[in-house]
Amino acid sequence: MRAVDAIMECLKAEGVEVVFGYPGGANLPTYDAFVDAGIRHVLVRHEAGGGHAAEGYAKSTGKTAVCLGTSGPGATNLVTPIMDAMMDSVPVVFITGQVRTDLLGTDGFQEADILGITMPAVKHSWMISDPADIPQAIHEAFHVASTGRPGPVVVDIPTDLSKADIPYVVGQDTPLDLPGYQPKFEGNMKQIRQAARALAAAKRPLLYVGGGAIAAGARDEVRELAEATGAPVTCTLMALGTFPAPHDQWIGMPGMHGTRTANYTMDEADLVFSIGARFDDRITGKLSEFAPNAKFIHLDIDPAEIGKNVPAHIPIVGDAKQVLAKLIPEYVSLDADRARLDEWWERIHAWQAEYPLTYEKSDDSEIKAPFAIESVYEASGGNAIVTSDVGQHQMWTAQRYHFAEPRKWINSGGLGTMGFGLPAAIGAQVGNPDDLVICVTGDGSIQMNIQEMATATQEGLPVKVVIINNGYLGMVRQWQELFWDKRYSHVDMRPEQAPVPDWNKLADAYGWTGVRLEKKETLLEDLRAAFATEGPVLIDVRVAREENVYPMIAPGAAARDMVG
Amino acid sequence: MGDPGTKEVISLADLQAAAAGARTGRKHVLSLVVQNRPGVLVRISGLFARRGFNIDSLSVGPTDDEKKSRITITIDGATHPIDQVTKQLHKLVNVLKIRDLEPEDTVAREMALFKVGVENGSGRAEVLQICNVFRGKVVDITKRSLIIEVTGTPDKIEALEEMLLPFGLIEMMRTGQIAISRGRDET
Repeated sequence: MRAVDAIMECLKAEGVEVVFGYPGGANLPTYDAFVDAGIRHVLVRHEAGGGHAAEGYAKSTGKTAVCLGTSGPGATNLVTPIMDAMMDSVPVVFITGQVRTDLLGTDGFQEADILGITMPAVKHSWMISDPADIPQAIHEAFHVASTGRPGPVVVDIPTDLSKADIPYVVGQDTPLDLPGYQPKFEGNMKQIRQAARALAAAKRPLLYVGGGAIAAGARDEVRELAEATGAPVTCTLMALGTFPAPHDQWIGMPGMHGTRTANYTMDEADLVFSIGARFDDRITGKLSEFAPNAKFIHLDIDPAEIGKNVPAHIPIVGDAKQVLAKLIPEYVSLDADRARLDEWWERIHAWQAEYPLTYEKSDDSEIKAPFAIESVYEASGGNAIVTSDVGQHQMWTAQRYHFAEPRKWINSGGLGTMGFGLPAAIGAQVGNPDDLVICVTGDGSIQMNIQEMATATQEGLPVKVVIINNGYLGMVRQWQELFWDKRYSHVDMRPEQAPVPDWNKLADAYGWTGVRLEKKETLLEDLRAAFATEGPVLIDVRVAREENVYPMIAPGAAARDMVG
Repeated sequence: MGDPGTKEVISLADLQAAAAGARTGRKHVLSLVVQNRPGVLVRISGLFARRGFNIDSLSVGPTDDEKKSRITITIDGATHPIDQVTKQLHKLVNVLKIRDLEPEDTVAREMALFKVGVENGSGRAEVLQICNVFRGKVVDITKRSLIIEVTGTPDKIEALEEMLLPFGLIEMMRTGQIAISRGRDET
């Protein structure tokens, strides 16, 4: 059969229900195969939108997503989502068309060395030189993307090879040949026991949970361990929802815009148990002054993360779910006295009382952005899937939408990609048709992939987009205010004559419902009504222009020196 | 420590860790077995470039198995966290095996070619004498030049270079080290 038909069969064998993509010259054969394949295809309006939609689908469902693009510019447009998926460990299989083999290396029309361009941004990649290898490459791609530390992979297929006839039988067993790829899941039992004993000995422990816990599906184990130990829990930006925000042991997110309580707890902890987190600079602040009193248990499936930024006193390489399942009974068997944490909790409760998340409330009808997020939380019942873009709105949402379950908070953490939110919401809605999917965005970010409004319309996806509209590139403005003497340079996006675009007209043009919300008194009701409106809705929330995200650790400063 | 069933309390103060990014302070020879596939060398050199690791020398060659290649990398452990380098290399799917060779258990060699100017024959005898001391071989000779081939450890080659410099060293080429472990076991 044709190689492209075999690709469709391989996708089906991998359980693929939907593909995000964009056709072009070099992947015409693949698109021909879609006509009869019976696999849903979501036609995006820009390849970057396709990549981020695939990420939103993967992050919200836990399944491996697929994204297609053609050669040359189609492939280079995928570079940002590929890197984004790399930074946030998202399993996405990218399949790109390539020019004919006889044109390779000749600067042919729409030729780009996408394997070379993406090499630093992929977990692995395959260049097809023999069409008979295509089924094996596709299955290997899924295996590598989805196992171990998940990540993006690229399979690049020259157009002539994709048309070739290959010996492939539907349902055939295709062996993988990956001798150099052997992720370790189980964790060393001796290290696990040592970790349990250290936890039992700690008087000021902290569970520091990262995105790896979600990838491993370790929600239940994290909660069990937390309740067994009685330790305070913090989740990174990537892990929000793994531990329920409404919980006695929850102390908020750590890092640059985390809670003071989480940062002070980290600062004074005697033992930090990192579960699938990677001590990013936005968490640690000044590395030399990070958690100065702590010993570290570092559990990660990627050995290279252990000891990369902070020393690991007890390293455990393994899958968070499997390791915690073994560690919990070990801990319980030690009969540790919970009362030893009383003093620690007294200290934490004092911080919580002294430093709640707060902002200056307006005394007129003006909407403050933090209030808008609190209203989104309330109006949506607190259990929507929420995607975000990058900037102030992202941090306000992370702080104030109290996620209770994993895979509900979909954002671009590592790469910080503006333009992620809308396509990610589209992907999340495709994967979760019955859920309320909200994209909280800014008037800057949303314009970076605004064309995907058409995709939502065409696919009948009822996503709700909340624009926290302050007419500024708000986070850049905040940094210029705080660190550059208010010398505002090219951050004002609101020309004097009138805001552009007119969001209601834009909504209208794309077949969406558009609403503009300007009064805090009715905001909650208006949001409720908007979320209950059928079909996609663009909600333009006009907020106070110069609100800052607080609290904040200044870049390069220590957690102890938080401001605001 | 960590015996099954032990309930003995441990003291957090006793827990030790290698400092993050620890430097060993010496040169390391990493011996890699990789799949013989297009692009493997690019993946490895790209990894070194983006993580800011400097390669002192690198040599690539076939092995007795045509599906595998051997890459020998020399890297300075005074300026790089070797542990992090090898862990990152291990993440490359085409890398099958990595050994950080212990200097005392390893035979390491490199080859160098020196082109030395001997205008009007002056110094030629002395150059030949030095060449003999270093067990080098003259592989090309003209009225105005000599090419010397020598193998040995990097130290030996650098010593020869120093000796030849005053005679008018025109150019020098080095292969980079290859290394094999001593004894019966495979590297």
